[in-house]
Amino acid sequence: MTRRGYIIGAISLLVAFVVFVIPFLFVAINAMKTAQDASSLDFSLPERWVFWENLVTTVQTRDYALLLAYWNSIVITVCAIALLVVFGAMVGFVIQRRPSRTSRVVYAFILAGLMIPPAVVPTIWVLQGINLFKTLNGMILIQVAYGLGFTVLLYRAFISTIPRELDEAAIIDGAKPWQIFFRVVLPLLKPVTLTIIVVQSITIFNDFTHPLYYLPGRENITVQLTLYNFQSQFVSQMNLLFMNILLITIPPLLVFIFFNRQIVAGMTSGAVKG
Amino acid sequence: MRRKSPYPYWFFLPAGAIFLVLFILPTVASFYFSLTYWDPFEARFAGWDNYVQFFSEPFLVRGLTNTLVFAFLTSGLKTVLGLLLAVLLTSGIFAQGFLRSVVFFPVLVSTIGVGLLFQELMHPTEGAINLALAAVGIDGPGWLTNPSLALISVALVDVWRGVGLATLIYIAGLATIGQEYYEAARIDGATRLQQFWRVTVPLVRPATTTVIILSLIGGLRLFDLIWAMTRGGPGFSSDVLASVIYKQYQAGFWGLSTAGNVILFLMIAFIVAPLAWWLNRRELEA
Repeated sequence: MTRRGYIIGAISLLVAFVVFVIPFLFVAINAMKTAQDASSLDFSLPERWVFWENLVTTVQTRDYALLLAYWNSIVITVCAIALLVVFGAMVGFVIQRRPSRTSRVVYAFILAGLMIPPAVVPTIWVLQGINLFKTLNGMILIQVAYGLGFTVLLYRAFISTIPRELDEAAIIDGAKPWQIFFRVVLPLLKPVTLTIIVVQSITIFNDFTHPLYYLPGRENITVQLTLYNFQSQFVSQMNLLFMNILLITIPPLLVFIFFNRQIVAGMTSGAVKG
Repeated sequence: MRRKSPYPYWFFLPAGAIFLVLFILPTVASFYFSLTYWDPFEARFAGWDNYVQFFSEPFLVRGLTNTLVFAFLTSGLKTVLGLLLAVLLTSGIFAQGFLRSVVFFPVLVSTIGVGLLFQELMHPTEGAINLALAAVGIDGPGWLTNPSLALISVALVDVWRGVGLATLIYIAGLATIGQEYYEAARIDGATRLQQFWRVTVPLVRPATTTVIILSLIGGLRLFDLIWAMTRGGPGFSSDVLASVIYKQYQAGFWGLSTAGNVILFLMIAFIVAPLAWWLNRRELEA
């Protein structure tokens, strides 16, 4: 590395620290202050470190709303991803393997879903009509519908790298379509499935807008809405708000640390067309 | 007799049913409901009234123009800064891997968390940003309290939050450019700046298309950050279409809210689709 590289690197490091790291430090430090100390909003070390007390108070607030929110968000995320993976892979598989007009039309519709903003009030009307408004089941199906575009896009691209000879060998052995898919193809999709799980879990876990519309009600709270409730209730308790931000940032942070490669693969898919 | 395909169409059914009922059906229904006076109790046909209102009420018109300003501003900044950061972070500088992670991390953090955090940092008198500016003798503005600045402030925070994704896409794009192009340029005596304009920019074009399209769609649809930081205020000065849609829904004007949704849909369709087509065409020519 050249001397110049070191100097530019050091300057970039300093700028990145100020622009990108200090805001997060601000959250962490304020989460450890007392309410009075944090209300001044300045960037100083806590007068008294009260990390544990703040943690307990934040978790206990509103009858353990945060724990309920965690439970709801995890249920929605896990169920939606399970459905997305199986159903999305089935669609991607047939679209890729059977190039026909039907496949092209289906693919065009699903890709349009990446662009078109959901029509929120009519969606509420539909959900009410099938008794799924304000239910976790409804929210799960909504997340499946909204995540389908990304999922099918990735699966279709990945399946094109799997040789057709594998399907043909299974067909000659007398396998039924669902056997070919579940026994032969799906197990080979592990790498792209991991990417989809990682990216979609962060997206669904961090979703604020859709639970706000489709999942109102105290017992239906999700993690992102805990912040929203906090702000109105604790005007002067910024320390607890920041503790809450900290607590709901931990899952994405862990995913980021352990699955960095999958995130990069997922987020850049489609960026480098051949 | 025709042999049955080993790739049957019923594989589309489970996903297709969910998508059709919860996405396509509401989208189609939105065109009808946008033409009605619709509230929690009934829907009466209203003709074009909701649309007329959208284009005549000053605060609704403000929402439309704000949406465009916000989307183009953030998309432009993310494209330019993303490319510059990507070039910097692939040039073999010190602590490159760490810097990439630092720039990318905000993409994964809760948007509402980011919004509330910056709301505190941008507080006009006590916020850390203005305190820091005051320390070097600058009188910081009311970032979120000044009506002519609030939208721009939110846009800057959106760039802070989203530039990591643009950078990541550009880094992937830069990796596909062969070193031989740069060698040839160097042999011809091109300066670093010339190499950037004549080699990097044209060859990283597919990534540029992706960044522009993605950030434009994201910018036009943005709701959560605006809601966390200003709720469209002060007054209606930072309202965008998505926040108007939510406010009108909350107020019980479902027809007006749905008209906003249709306008947003048409806006995205008529801006993004031609732009994507044009950018892709230029790609083929290049």
